[in-house]
Amino acid sequence: MEFEAVIGLEVHAQLLTESKIFCSCSAKFGAPPNENTCPVCTGMPGVLPVLNRKAVECAIRTALATSCSVQRKSVFARKNYFYPDLPKAYQISQYELPLALGGHIDIELPGGTKRIGITRIHMEEDAGKLVHEGEFAGAQASLADLNRCSVPLMEIVSEPDMRTPEEGGAYLRRLHDILVYLEVCDGNMEEGSFRCDANVSVRPKGREGFGTKAELKNMNSFRNVEKALEYEIRRQVELIEDGGSVVQETRLWDANAGVTLSMRRKEEAHDYRYFPDPDLLPLLVADEWVEELRKTIPELPAEKVARLSAGYGIPRYDAGILASSRALADFFEAAAALYRGNPKTTANECIHWKDVILSGRLSPGTIAHAVEDRESGTISATASKKLVELVLETGKPIRALRDEQGLTQLSDASALDAIVDRVIAASPKEVESYRGGKAGLLSYFVGQVMKESRGKANPKVVQETLKRKLG
Amino acid sequence: MADVPVHEWTLLEAARKVREKEISSRDLTGALLARIERLNPGINAYITVLPERAMAQAAELDEAQARGELRGPLHGVPMGLKDIFCTRGVRTTCGSRILADFLPPYDACVTEKVLRAGAVLLGKQNMDEFAMGSSTETSCFGATRNPWDVTRIPGGSSGGTAAAVSAAMAFAGVGTDTGGSIRQPASLCGVVGMKPTYGRVSRYGMVAFASSLDQAGPITRTVPDAARMLSVIAGHDRRDSTCADVPTPDYLAAVDRPVKGLRIGLPKEYFESGGLSPAVKAAVSKALSALIDQGATAVEVSLPHTTFALSAYYLIAPAEASSNLARYDGVRYGHRAKGASGLIEMMSRTRAEGFGPEVKRRIMIGTYALSAGYYDAFYGKAQKVRTLIRDDFTSAFGKADVLLTPTAPTPAFRLGEKTDDPLTMYLSDIFTIPCNLAGIPGISVPCGLSPEGLPIGAQLLSNHFREETLFAAAGAVERAVPLPRVSPIEG
Repeated sequence: MEFEAVIGLEVHAQLLTESKIFCSCSAKFGAPPNENTCPVCTGMPGVLPVLNRKAVECAIRTALATSCSVQRKSVFARKNYFYPDLPKAYQISQYELPLALGGHIDIELPGGTKRIGITRIHMEEDAGKLVHEGEFAGAQASLADLNRCSVPLMEIVSEPDMRTPEEGGAYLRRLHDILVYLEVCDGNMEEGSFRCDANVSVRPKGREGFGTKAELKNMNSFRNVEKALEYEIRRQVELIEDGGSVVQETRLWDANAGVTLSMRRKEEAHDYRYFPDPDLLPLLVADEWVEELRKTIPELPAEKVARLSAGYGIPRYDAGILASSRALADFFEAAAALYRGNPKTTANECIHWKDVILSGRLSPGTIAHAVEDRESGTISATASKKLVELVLETGKPIRALRDEQGLTQLSDASALDAIVDRVIAASPKEVESYRGGKAGLLSYFVGQVMKESRGKANPKVVQETLKRKLG
Repeated sequence: MADVPVHEWTLLEAARKVREKEISSRDLTGALLARIERLNPGINAYITVLPERAMAQAAELDEAQARGELRGPLHGVPMGLKDIFCTRGVRTTCGSRILADFLPPYDACVTEKVLRAGAVLLGKQNMDEFAMGSSTETSCFGATRNPWDVTRIPGGSSGGTAAAVSAAMAFAGVGTDTGGSIRQPASLCGVVGMKPTYGRVSRYGMVAFASSLDQAGPITRTVPDAARMLSVIAGHDRRDSTCADVPTPDYLAAVDRPVKGLRIGLPKEYFESGGLSPAVKAAVSKALSALIDQGATAVEVSLPHTTFALSAYYLIAPAEASSNLARYDGVRYGHRAKGASGLIEMMSRTRAEGFGPEVKRRIMIGTYALSAGYYDAFYGKAQKVRTLIRDDFTSAFGKADVLLTPTAPTPAFRLGEKTDDPLTMYLSDIFTIPCNLAGIPGISVPCGLSPEGLPIGAQLLSNHFREETLFAAAGAVERAVPLPRVSPIEG
């Protein structure tokens, strides 16, 4: 029997705000333990949460960018459970009435685009973290770092629309790019600003309805998500084929072992006793506010790929790489505006130098000049690469370096004439053979000219001159 | 007329005399501290008395005044706070072992406001543990006694505040009211207690019991004093999202407003209640006559869902409390059980040791009411009842400007009389609870004495943010029904 997987993903994205979601502490990562805390985020008696407007704006903008409908009224609830990293013993999260419902994003697959539904987007606060002295099992003490408590998160829940790990990966990457484009999340997976849980089940291909699902946690890269999905799908299919059945449970991905391991069964699940948080009023979002925020939505990855590809005549694949980062795409467009000659070469250069461009060490002008000089034959492809490297080393303008290093090619036919004449004069036998029909000898003459010019001659011009002179 | 002793002055008189330099804040504070020293051991109105701090504060205020600097309307006047308001560097226990040594690093908004107005803080007043009770017997610091009869309870949960004000161990106090915790003890101690509209006073820094019901308000010996205190503590606070951004009117001016033409609604369900004592009924009638004599008119109104209020309250308040009190887990502050071998054991033993039986009972009721499968039948249903009760009041206020009811069904009962029977205890809040569920303001004003000589209060209720009408009506009752301001305790 052939099986297919049903995958739904839940993404927790840390919102890019200065302060926490319910107090004015800094939301920055990496401060010394418990430095970014106050009575509110450490759950002291009598303190109260106050909602961060910027966090709401981030979530609304995400909803707009994913075609969700922003709810006029949403409600924060308390999710109650005891844990030392949760100072109030409840997490404030939207539950029954989330901020946004019913959207979608389109993902690019080898066979074309596929639309993945988004069930809901809601806001919540993060918990702190525990540091154990020694190994967890035999730890003598556990220390709580509450810096992360109340850092704003947004949870984006997809429909169970994905069927393969690749689709899962494509969805995650696209969603990631959208959030980074919107500047609502820094997208850093290692620091946990972008985390993903997956719900996976399998069913005989063609059957409606769902099999029993497992929830996968602890996957901290796109690749790990794909690997965990692959493993889990195989595990479930094998289980069923061996006559067993899947149990509903939460499983942890062990990246080192490459397996998922059972963490807790459904019957061990908490009863979170959700109820509306009486300390916060329902969040009312006026239509005017939504419209104001709609104006701040930039061009999104899918639109950008289409526009770059059509507008600059570059392959969709290349446009996709450029559009994977708003900064890279902007850089490309700036370079392509400075030199309008051949956008395809400019795109290739931008892709080649992607990492340095994103680190902010190159200006669009450098790439534009490099491409322009190469296209005009002033410099060779090798020299172009070398010059960009020199720009990175010295910080000097590329054209100054080109002249200083004497990397200009001889493209001026008159300047080349003398060398070509010398080469022809020095090789009477070859000239005779060539004229006698051995056209392959042209490369010999080109080589000689290049040698004579110490590599500075423009091979294209050399070829043309030789052809002309050798008749 | 013989000179009134210093401690028997009203808050307004004391403030005026300090302002006019008839007395220094030091002398005034010293007089009250002396009285606390003498009376508090028998009454147990204060959990924490702050003699040094209060005297230092008084001295500082006297010096400021000498420089021509008056802090505010309470300049130099000593008062107390229920031990539910966080006070920076002064332990805030909420009457519980679990917070017995808790030193808040911040002031509650109410604390800030009274200090900014120039008040001297005498101490922190006793209360039922986490404000859960109607007799101030559940405090882990021992019961407070009623200064009118020390064999009786002062009411609760703000019993320490009411007893302290009644026994003239403070010119005023601020209490909190979740289901009657200001009004019921005020009634039982013969003082004025006002619960403002939900959202009128910031809850920031006030230890939460049931967040959607809790509201701070003044307990004083006179209506004008209550009006003055409310002006000090009311007002918008950005730190409390449920605090209303509305202007604070001049409440003191409202006290003298004539009540001619005021429509007094009498909710028939309140007077048909079986548990209502004849003495209370008679005293409330006297208050009504006083209002009618001054030109008000009486009209019968109906609040048909009153019978469901108690049940709804005892689901909503414990549900919120079960979540609010979950933070007391021994991890970061407060009591922590010793010798536990693991996390779960540490947390459960901390809570088993730290909370008293009434608090545990309510945490369990609330946890149950919110559990999966029971939520709709209990918490969800209770919220619907709450809406109906609110609607009852809305339609009643179409016919009447204020509602007049008894505050409590009986005068003060004896210590220990109801501690073994929580349901009977819960019934002492039967007239005060609907007001909290609806979020409207209410005031209890003394209106008579029982045959045994125990004080009885009348409750006046008005629509949201109409505290001025309450002060006008309560002022009219107070002027027409003269009663002793200070409890007749040996002092």
